[in-house]
Amino acid sequence: MKLLKAKHKSHGGVHPKYRKNLVQDMAIEEMPLPQLLRVSMAQHLGAPARPVVKKGDTVLRGQLIGEAAGFISAAVHAPTSGTVKAVTPCPTPAGPQAPAIEIEPDGEDRWDPEVEKSAAARDGLIAEFQKSPGAKKDVVLGIIADAGIVGMGGAGFPTHVKLSPPPKKPIDTLIINGAECEPYLSSDNRLMIEHAERIWSGALLVRKVLGAGTLRVAIEENKPEAIAAMEKAAGDFGGEADVAIVVLKTEYPQGAEKQQIYAITGREVPAGGLPMDVGTVVQNVGTTYAVWDAVVNARPLIQRVTSLTGSPVSTPRNVLARVGTSYADMLAFCGGTAGDVAKAISGGPMMGLAQASLDIPTTKTTSGIVLLTPAELSVYGSTPCISCGRCVDGCPMNLMPCELSQMLEAEDYDAAEEYNVLDCIECGCCAFQCPAHRPLVQHIRQGKARIMAKRRAERQAAAKDES
Amino acid sequence: MGALVTTASAIGGVGLVCAVALALAARFLGVEEDQRIEEVVDLLPGANCGGCGFAGCADYAKAMVIEGAAINLCAPCGAETLQALSELLGRKAEATEKEVAIVLCGGNATSAPRRSAYNGVADCAAAHAVGGGDKVCQYGCLGYGSCARVCPSGAIELVDGLATVHPDLCIGCGACVRTCPRHLIKMVPATRVVHVLCSSRAKGPVVKKACTVGCIGCSICTKLAEDNAIRMEGPLAVVDYSKQFDHPEIAEKCPGHCIVRHQTPNTEHRASLKEPAGTS
Amino acid sequence: MTDTEEQLYIVSSSPHAHSGDSVRRIMLDVIIALLPACAAAVFFFRIDAARLIATCVAACVATEWLCRKAMGRDSGITDLSAVVTGILLALNLPPSLPTWMAVVGSIVAIAIAKQLFGGIGYNPFNPALVGRAALLISFTGPMTTWSNPATLTAATTAATPLRLLRRYGVYDFTPTMATNAFLGNIGGSLGEASVLALLIGAAWLLWRRWISWHIPVFYVGTVALFALALWLIDPQQNMPPHFHVLTGGLMLGALFMATDMVTSPVTKPGMAIFGVGCGILTMVIRRWGGYPEGTSFAILIMNAFTPLINRATRPRVFGKKRSA
Repeated sequence: MKLLKAKHKSHGGVHPKYRKNLVQDMAIEEMPLPQLLRVSMAQHLGAPARPVVKKGDTVLRGQLIGEAAGFISAAVHAPTSGTVKAVTPCPTPAGPQAPAIEIEPDGEDRWDPEVEKSAAARDGLIAEFQKSPGAKKDVVLGIIADAGIVGMGGAGFPTHVKLSPPPKKPIDTLIINGAECEPYLSSDNRLMIEHAERIWSGALLVRKVLGAGTLRVAIEENKPEAIAAMEKAAGDFGGEADVAIVVLKTEYPQGAEKQQIYAITGREVPAGGLPMDVGTVVQNVGTTYAVWDAVVNARPLIQRVTSLTGSPVSTPRNVLARVGTSYADMLAFCGGTAGDVAKAISGGPMMGLAQASLDIPTTKTTSGIVLLTPAELSVYGSTPCISCGRCVDGCPMNLMPCELSQMLEAEDYDAAEEYNVLDCIECGCCAFQCPAHRPLVQHIRQGKARIMAKRRAERQAAAKDES
Repeated sequence: MGALVTTASAIGGVGLVCAVALALAARFLGVEEDQRIEEVVDLLPGANCGGCGFAGCADYAKAMVIEGAAINLCAPCGAETLQALSELLGRKAEATEKEVAIVLCGGNATSAPRRSAYNGVADCAAAHAVGGGDKVCQYGCLGYGSCARVCPSGAIELVDGLATVHPDLCIGCGACVRTCPRHLIKMVPATRVVHVLCSSRAKGPVVKKACTVGCIGCSICTKLAEDNAIRMEGPLAVVDYSKQFDHPEIAEKCPGHCIVRHQTPNTEHRASLKEPAGTS
Repeated sequence: MTDTEEQLYIVSSSPHAHSGDSVRRIMLDVIIALLPACAAAVFFFRIDAARLIATCVAACVATEWLCRKAMGRDSGITDLSAVVTGILLALNLPPSLPTWMAVVGSIVAIAIAKQLFGGIGYNPFNPALVGRAALLISFTGPMTTWSNPATLTAATTAATPLRLLRRYGVYDFTPTMATNAFLGNIGGSLGEASVLALLIGAAWLLWRRWISWHIPVFYVGTVALFALALWLIDPQQNMPPHFHVLTGGLMLGALFMATDMVTSPVTKPGMAIFGVGCGILTMVIRRWGGYPEGTSFAILIMNAFTPLINRATRPRVFGKKRSA
């Protein structure tokens, strides 16, 4: 198995304190079923799923409880067997409430017999797929869609859509993203260490679906165990064309897909474009595992590994839990807190969402829950920009965040648009280094929202004029 | 002495030449503009609030004189001004009823608790975008003063963390209505007396947890108000402002304590007028 | 609800991690970087150096505090930027300057060049240089009266190398003179003296990554090349390049004044252009201008171009073509 180094390095990037030592050596532990699961219908990009069960219904593990509502949407399944207590809004990490299905587990955790029935026929299907991928590709895509698989790196984009690029955008490279560049998080790391064969299996399946010739697994240098595990497991799959592991320099945001594609292939995704525009697809390690589970075992996506970590946590762990588990229950499984908590973050500290309370359920994209003490807190202020240039040096998209934030403070949205504010990937490298502690990403997000709203209004006005 | 005369005449001569040149330029190169535009601008209040829909008073004046825009679009104009405009331009227009803004929320720092400590840009839209706002009530006033900052007449005061409009200062331009990210502010005829100071669409028990003066959806007020002047929209009582009505006991009879019979709920605070919230 | 105590979680936009730097940290590092130059100043000019440095720092801090109070803003003096301005201004003054003039310079630097524009971050011109320029124009005599360092035995009033050049024309710049200029054994303003001390300080700032090499290298490099060209064309009318590099306020200007973050460009190509512009202007003023020293005015003029330079050197956005 070839171990390659990245050929290119994109501009910018920062080196936050990684603090992965809290959980990187903790094997994945499954937590017992909680008393209540709240499964959100909107845990993916696109239209929320439509509930297909109602209060009082009995559900089985893996049973469909929400159907995809449109092409860019995803199905949702019951994480365990139990009774539907309510179909009601529940809080989400981003803030606004979303419809959800509350399930009270009955403790028996019985699988839907449909799942077991389908699993039995899978070996045959996979063999056929290996022989003639073109013929069975749509079947496999259908399995991925029916399993409700979405991008588990955080974006939540429906995977079956991502793996169906239009014919005029052929894909020649598949990159499996095992960079996990956010500090504190280690769920992808542990998946690679403990289930390397399954990840390879999934990766090769996805590669066949896309018809890509090149397969790369990207892992940062600071995960030597994962690199070794993936290397060892790859030996079993020898013979496949152009497969290699790429060891990336440890830097944030090496996990950002545009930057990763550039580092590995030298191709720049055009502004406003997608990886498929340069013949590439990037998929998270966790998503790849879920694809394996769905195709080989007919299992829908109903659980994931979340790194619950941070210095105030008594026993930080990489928890395997059902989707819909409350953060508070997961924290209890990790021994609760041993110290003051100033901030609770859903995701990692660079791009995650700060929460007002832990009474919020996990989703398919909850890769981490990070708690910070008051001493670890950094507070945003409103001091003026001193033009130190750190933000310009650190921006992976080559923008000028200092200028953007001053324009947006002055509400000059036209100037901000001219300075490419819409190309910002909101990675946080700028604000991380700003000595004046300016809320740069917040300014930029607001600016983007205003500009998009203005464009929408203009489009609607234009459409009205035409009609 | 000689030098002084020379200098004075030189500078004076240059000044004279420039003056003549400017006068000639004004005469022959001047842009023709309808005299009336300037007169209209003088009549208008000059707040440049944008309430008329044009980009400031000068723009509206031009639109009135040249494009024939309606002359009663300026809310801050009084009846007198409208009359003067009507005479100047030879057009009739009906005076529109004076409208003032009102913030339909009563959740201040005491009655509506926060659920998190927000750190960031001190602007309501910004705070609303981060995690849905830092108040338990998902609908109520966030109190970061964006409306107060945009008000051209300083009519909005933040009293105990709640935006409050002083109707006597309000010129009716509507800038605050457009600014509030939670759409809490309405323009209502100045003569209306009864208001439901709550905009929460949540059900009663949820509202009670979020605010001590929220509408719990009991609909008692709908029976007290004559002619269907208050209607229930889901769990929220909504006043129909097209109707003029009053009821002496409607505020006391409301179990949620969210109805008031005048514009400013916390009159005792008027004595200690605080500055609207400044920068972040 | 949150945990058992009634403490609310803090909610902010991402990122929730920070490198730990602050404006105060930057200013502290700059003060540390200026300590060798201050020590050299005190060593060579004794009590005058101590007097002027202390006066300027105290006057700058006091002026800032008073201005902020008058404007109704937070005091802002804890970020130590006024201290830095005070030290830099003092290093630009001749040792014999009366104390009250140093106070006037400080007031101009802080109240006019900085606070009137809105405070730190809003000033378009380097405050210390504005203070110095104001003093130079208002009190030309005292501002151009130089003394020899205590280490030299000559008369107390003397001419700096640049003044000698202006007054008497080209002269022989011996290696001894060059060494003196490098170490500090030479007349001039407090900070002009020891190039060595300035270099040590700048090395600290470079290591801390608060300044980058672009401005100093392009500035000094341009001066050296320009001087070299002049000297090659006509050695009788021009001094050799190492004279121009070592004397006057060039090293102080290139290392500490031109690199001031607020007033210099934010992009690396922009910094290079800025350095070259400063270099050309410095040499033009020295060679053909009305003043023997051109550094201060060169930097102030380039400060005015900084916003334009920033605009012209916008980096190419990832995924976009150059012209976009």
